[in-house]
Amino acid sequence: MPALLKRFARDKAALLGAGLLGLLVIAAIFAPWLAPHPGDVADFHIERRLQAPAAAALFGTDRMGSDIFSRLLFGARITLMLAAIAVGSALVIGVPIGLVAGYYKNWVSDALMRIAEIFLAVPQIVLAIAIAQTLGPSIENVILALSLTYWPFWARLVYAETRSMRNEVFIESAVALGASPWRVIVLHILPNIASPIIVRTSIGMGATILTAATLGFLGLGAPPPTPEWGRMIAESREYLPEAWWYALAPGIAIFLTVLGFNLFGDGLRDILDPRTRRSV
Amino acid sequence: MSDLPAPTLLEVDRLGRHFPVRGFLNRRVGTLRALDDVSFAVGEGEVLGIVGESGCGKSTLGKTLMGIHEPTSGEVRLRGERIAAPGQKRAAAVRAKLQYVYQDPGASLDPRWTLRRSLHEPLIIHTDWSRAKREEHVQAIVSAVGLPQAHLDLYPHEISGGQQRRVGLARILVLGPQLIIFDEPTSGLDVSVQATVLALFRDLREEFGLTYLFISHDLAVVRSICNRIVVMYLGRIVEIGDTAEVFRAPRHPYTRSLLAAAPRIGGPRVTESFTLQGEPPDPSNVPSGCRFRTRCPLAIDKCATIEPAIDFEGGHGVACLRWREDAL
Repeated sequence: MPALLKRFARDKAALLGAGLLGLLVIAAIFAPWLAPHPGDVADFHIERRLQAPAAAALFGTDRMGSDIFSRLLFGARITLMLAAIAVGSALVIGVPIGLVAGYYKNWVSDALMRIAEIFLAVPQIVLAIAIAQTLGPSIENVILALSLTYWPFWARLVYAETRSMRNEVFIESAVALGASPWRVIVLHILPNIASPIIVRTSIGMGATILTAATLGFLGLGAPPPTPEWGRMIAESREYLPEAWWYALAPGIAIFLTVLGFNLFGDGLRDILDPRTRRSV
Repeated sequence: MSDLPAPTLLEVDRLGRHFPVRGFLNRRVGTLRALDDVSFAVGEGEVLGIVGESGCGKSTLGKTLMGIHEPTSGEVRLRGERIAAPGQKRAAAVRAKLQYVYQDPGASLDPRWTLRRSLHEPLIIHTDWSRAKREEHVQAIVSAVGLPQAHLDLYPHEISGGQQRRVGLARILVLGPQLIIFDEPTSGLDVSVQATVLALFRDLREEFGLTYLFISHDLAVVRSICNRIVVMYLGRIVEIGDTAEVFRAPRHPYTRSLLAAAPRIGGPRVTESFTLQGEPPDPSNVPSGCRFRTRCPLAIDKCATIEPAIDFEGGHGVACLRWREDAL
């Protein structure tokens, strides 16, 4: 393991990704202490509205006069929690389905994969918008919409990996030895396909944050005072281009977060999954 | 077959294994008869060789005996107990008695597991022994196959290919099997390694009182280790008998051309004596009557209509209509 860590440490892009994610996590955990105006998540000061960045408000203030920097820090919490729960649920649904469908070769596995393909045939964002719109705007519904539309991706990935594992001699010999399907799947197949799953999880977090921001931008996310980044950009549209900082700050936050997850995921792939080296 | 040296361990009775050939939209367009009406018996302690060209069904035979494939017809008995038949589930206790060695036994090791964990696994599956008892047993087997104890905490990629092979064998031996099926165990090895591997197989057979089924296309190896051999062609047995007898006086024209194809020091050049022309026919569309007739130098009209049964004389059986005709 130390050798792997060393290789990761030499990869500057991956380190940058890890650094960005570190900052995001710190911001999320310590938001109440780091924020200069922690009350501004809900409070408004109309007299200070739409002020340009200055010492008092690092990234300026929004239409309600709230400090954008403070709101961004609290937004990191929402972003991280939302992406973690959505991706986690998609994994919990998709990975077992992919494992079972990939291990068995019968009509059940065919049926499972056809269902997954029906979901994959529609772009995720379109399906997520439809579900979120139907359920009504709230954080929980955004998480639900993202999980329900993201699991087929994991089912497909795990299915393909499991199928190729199924042809490995050591899997066939474990079966011939009399190992139960449960034992083969959990103890032999899953550890051997963990690397691509971990790598895709990091990159998938970035993609999910982007999708969640899109839903927020369309007004399908949390209701108004919530400092959700996508919603903040949506609110800023009316005040562009004069209040340029209003859209720029959450935009950069989203950009850096997604970049962080992608660079980190690429770095993980290089050390965990050497078959799919990124082409430089 | 009354001259078996020991009581019968394994009986294969009219075993068949057919694979559906699927065409457009998964429609069944034909049947690949990988094994057809195969019968033979293996005595306890015997080493039986199964030879034939690629695609003759020898690997399918091994995997059907093992329970990896389910037979389409016929049955297999181990010590008189039926262990494989159409629709029969393989009992766990039977799996332990019958073991299959892959071409490279080392490839049967999970790359992410230590050797110790891989060696404990068969015992975890088949016994309820305590950890200490398993460990004791594993250590005994490991020293029997000649592997240093210190290697047990390593991963497969950290030891040499030859040692991986030994661990693969040890993994099979921990269960105390009665019959081991080897599938092309020496292919891809250079001759000196081949000799070491064969010597190891012989030693283990004596030490553990094992019976071997030896699937190979390498006639020299089969000749050196097997008591009896079965020659297969397109899913059927064409000749069966004592190794020495079959090599001395092969009765089936296919066996003759197969033996003639094996190079010998001081023997005739293979290219001059080789009589076997072309590829074997497509197994999903076998010739009528005798399956070998399309390549047989002795084929006559009758061969296209009569499917020859195995004709025994002195424990040496052959499936050919014409073998008794002296002039051949």
